[in-house]
Amino acid sequence: MILIIIWEAISKLQLFPAFMWPPLLFPNEPGGVTVFKTFISGIASGQLLEATGASLLRLIIGFIIAVVIGLLLGLLIYKYKVVDDTLGFFVTSLQAIPNIVWLPLAILWFGLGVGSVLFIVILGAAISVTITSSAAFKGVNPLLIRVAQTMGSSGWHLFRTVIFKASIPQLIAGLRIAWALAWRAVLAGELLGGGGGGLGTLLDLGRSIQAMDLIFSIMIIIGIIGSLIDNIVFVRLEKFVFRKWGISST
Amino acid sequence: MTEHIVLQNVYKTFSKKNHSETVALEDVSLSIKRGEFISLLGPSGCGKSTLLNIIAGLEKETSGQVLINGSPITGPGNDRIVVFQESGLFPWMTVLENVMYGLLIKKVPKEEAKMRAMNWIQKVHLGKFADRSPHELSGGMKQRVAIARALVMDPEILLMDEPFAALDEQTRMVLHQELETLWRETGKTVIFVTHNIREAVVLSDRIVLMKTRPGGIKNIFSVQAARPRNSSDSILNYLETRILSELEQEMEKVLKEELGSDYALKKDRLHIDPHNNLGSDI
Repeated sequence: MILIIIWEAISKLQLFPAFMWPPLLFPNEPGGVTVFKTFISGIASGQLLEATGASLLRLIIGFIIAVVIGLLLGLLIYKYKVVDDTLGFFVTSLQAIPNIVWLPLAILWFGLGVGSVLFIVILGAAISVTITSSAAFKGVNPLLIRVAQTMGSSGWHLFRTVIFKASIPQLIAGLRIAWALAWRAVLAGELLGGGGGGLGTLLDLGRSIQAMDLIFSIMIIIGIIGSLIDNIVFVRLEKFVFRKWGISST
Repeated sequence: MTEHIVLQNVYKTFSKKNHSETVALEDVSLSIKRGEFISLLGPSGCGKSTLLNIIAGLEKETSGQVLINGSPITGPGNDRIVVFQESGLFPWMTVLENVMYGLLIKKVPKEEAKMRAMNWIQKVHLGKFADRSPHELSGGMKQRVAIARALVMDPEILLMDEPFAALDEQTRMVLHQELETLWRETGKTVIFVTHNIREAVVLSDRIVLMKTRPGGIKNIFSVQAARPRNSSDSILNYLETRILSELEQEMEKVLKEELGSDYALKKDRLHIDPHNNLGSDI
């Protein structure tokens, strides 16, 4: 609230031209732009919603593929020492590279389009999921594994019913991080020109036509989506799992 | 009664990082009859848990042979179920699901598995808690579930690795009685690892006292007292004292190695002090 008042005040003082510091709620001259108006009209015209949908679709597709790849690689690293020594080390060093750095390479390989965006989304999230899942599998209490073994469980059944289940709390924490990485990668990829029609593309458009009100509208949407997914999906999931697993959440 | 489990000259060595080897078990030979309740008793580091794990198939002996019903063991199997010190219940399952877990592996139909599991949950007096999660139960209740989970599999052999060590004294006494009752009802062969002499004496038909460095069998005691056991039985008390005095020798050996050769457990013994050798060097 205070932030909004300060914002409006700076805008009304005309310290900066309106295209750099647009008012939030009340136009400076009759019929002038405000962030609020652009936000509403953008949603009403479908332009913002469409872009949001496009970005979210990319996020979801990329994230799901990344989780599948990450879990598979995590399993391989857990299961085979050779894979751990080779791929495990490689993946850890890859993690040090911010995933947006891969974009030039992705553009060369997949062209300027959705493919490149998906590539960096999958790459970044999959690496993160691989690392957390292999660590989670390795961290399963050996006692539980022994119990299951004496009951006659082994191989895939042992993994499916015990090792995977026991690592779910850590896996969810890992997915939460991977999701945040993926969301960033989608927007960064779109912003830097890979794939049209998303929120990132619209941001770039806003920059080129100097429409600060549009840029702010998009930033608001990005923030809202970020906190919605984090709070609604992950925090609830984590709470549920922690309660069921009997881990006291702090 | 027939020989159920036979151990022949079992050795187990662990290799350390600096290529030296620790002998955990040296030349262990033992035969256990069907339906016998046998305790492995000894101080920590005597290899009693290792021996149990070998019989369970969770570890492999370095040399020697372990025969069950005359055939060597190849790995873990559900004819031998282990109850560990910590219950090892799966936290994401309810009590009922935990007890059903092994039955479903054995391809028992779900309805029947549920019935058999409930039956055992009631036998350990947890009927009211079947739908609870393990973290809602006390330590003693968790061990009851672990026992139910083991016995529902109807194993020939029940292996118990210090199952009551983490419980308080009262809970432990109650569970001793219940375990004895369950054992008498089912007639399972039980191998019970413990470092508690009282516990071993109260429960067992035979007590295998183990020695340390290297680990192995020091002595075997038969407990010829009437069942159900009464903890004030004079036979039990006498045996407890005898075992304690033998165990003390082992404890002294361990303490001397850890604290130095001039350590004596009993203070009224002739004190041998290498730095003050009573003037024999004059």
